[in-house]
Amino acid sequence: MTLFQPSKQPFRAIAAVRLHFANADRPWDWLGVVPFFGFAIAFLLIPAASIAIRSVQDNAGHFTLQNLLDLRQPTIVSAYWVSIKLSVVTALIGGVVGALMAYAITVGGLTGGVRSLLMTFSGVASNFAGVPLAFAFIATLGRLGIVTGWLNQAGIDLYQGGFNLYTFWGLAITYLYFQIPLTVLILVPALDGLKREWREASENLGATSWQYWRYVALPMLMPSLLGTMILLFGNAFGAHATAYALTGGQINLVTILIGAQISGDALQNPGLGNALALGMVVIMGLSIAAYSWLQQRTARWVK
Amino acid sequence: MTRQMPHQGTVPQQGWSWLWLTLGSLYFVIPLLATVDFSLRAKKDELGFTAYANIFNDPKFFESFTFSALTGVAAIALSMLLIVPTAYWVQLRLPRLRPVIELITLLPFVVPAVVLVFGLIRTYSTTLLNNRSGGWILLTAAYVILSFPYMYRAVDTGMRAVNVQTLTEAAQSLGANWGTIIWRVIFPNLRVALLNGAFITFAIVMGEFTIAALLAQPAFGPYMNLLASSKVYEPSALAVVSFALTWGAIGIAQILGRGKR
Repeated sequence: MTLFQPSKQPFRAIAAVRLHFANADRPWDWLGVVPFFGFAIAFLLIPAASIAIRSVQDNAGHFTLQNLLDLRQPTIVSAYWVSIKLSVVTALIGGVVGALMAYAITVGGLTGGVRSLLMTFSGVASNFAGVPLAFAFIATLGRLGIVTGWLNQAGIDLYQGGFNLYTFWGLAITYLYFQIPLTVLILVPALDGLKREWREASENLGATSWQYWRYVALPMLMPSLLGTMILLFGNAFGAHATAYALTGGQINLVTILIGAQISGDALQNPGLGNALALGMVVIMGLSIAAYSWLQQRTARWVK
Repeated sequence: MTRQMPHQGTVPQQGWSWLWLTLGSLYFVIPLLATVDFSLRAKKDELGFTAYANIFNDPKFFESFTFSALTGVAAIALSMLLIVPTAYWVQLRLPRLRPVIELITLLPFVVPAVVLVFGLIRTYSTTLLNNRSGGWILLTAAYVILSFPYMYRAVDTGMRAVNVQTLTEAAQSLGANWGTIIWRVIFPNLRVALLNGAFITFAIVMGEFTIAALLAQPAFGPYMNLLASSKVYEPSALAVVSFALTWGAIGIAQILGRGKR
């Protein structure tokens, strides 16, 4: 993977460019991008590479696979499992709900004021994560929350009924507050790309509305939909602040575990912490690779 | 017939549209209303701004707010200084590097904040972190990295729109040197794009918790989190303030982005 050999690719490209300009009158052109690459190497690529390297080293610096094997510990497996489950659940629900809302303000005909309001709100809400989002949901659905109170008056006791904001489903409901808007932002352009002619052509050929969606529009949108859900998956998988602020670090997620490892070597094994972080980067890297592959497929269709 | 025929089935479709939109909007609006409501209940049996007064009278609020704002401004300035010349150079002279730069500016999406700060701490624990301002330098650097995806995209789009090549040749033929071209021709033409990237970065920095907390920096995010351990109503007031701030910053960024097109 290119990610773990960070210095190679830029250097190869720079070498290629230098060759290209070798006979021209500008042999020092590549100097112009040195500050950017220097910064990225120092504060992004080296830290990322150091995680990869340290995860296959023991405390004395010798090569070992023990850290990667230790990832099989029950706590760690369960952290990965809960993180993945949370990300899949919020990606699926967020993707479907977001798609329906995006549909409403594009093909569904509610363009105009409603549309620009929802788009602006989505831009804000997709960036409204972390500590304040957790506070908002504690004020809404916490034990003393306003909605909890309303439902109590209506005779429904959420917490007696087994709901708890500070566990898996509470976290999922909270995450959806940035997952749904993100879906709207990404899918609206895709839905705008559905050409009117395609619908008219299928109607002329006698297709029903259902047939149009089943055989024309949905296959066309599938790469965007799947791509969006992958992005949502990564978005939830890497989230730390919201979960930490909501549960006080009491839920077993990979990000929370890494945070605990930083502040107090919770796993009592520095190498294992690196392996844990490496696992996250690998999963994120795979999902982004899948995303960009789907993006290329979409681009081919929409042209 | 010049008027476009309305779509067949427009009416039932709109019914569904309203349904989905209403359900989604309820989910968006109820937590906001609940948070505002909750934040006004600090005094028993009456609505009032006690919680807000408590926050604004807390010197730690202003200290951490100022700290984050200054860090944000530093990160934005550094990010611009790194991105603008690079994007300009890539556009003009090194188009082959474009995919590499795009890959690097997308990496912050692949490396989550908690992993980034983990790597930074492990890499610099024996050097930068040994002196007093080292933590702040790492924090600012991390925020610059986080800003890359937004800043690069904004600047790249902006540069495609203004035809950098022609501007450069015009300036050169008038005798301008590279410094003058970048500072007095390119920067002013990118004002909207840069402001757009700046406001998004600012919104992200002001609410950021993970990196600041793990680097033990006195930023706004950790302050908010700490407040929750001792107070009941003040956190929701903070959430309202923070949401208003995000709304302001992103709203301005979006208006700027729209005006350009």
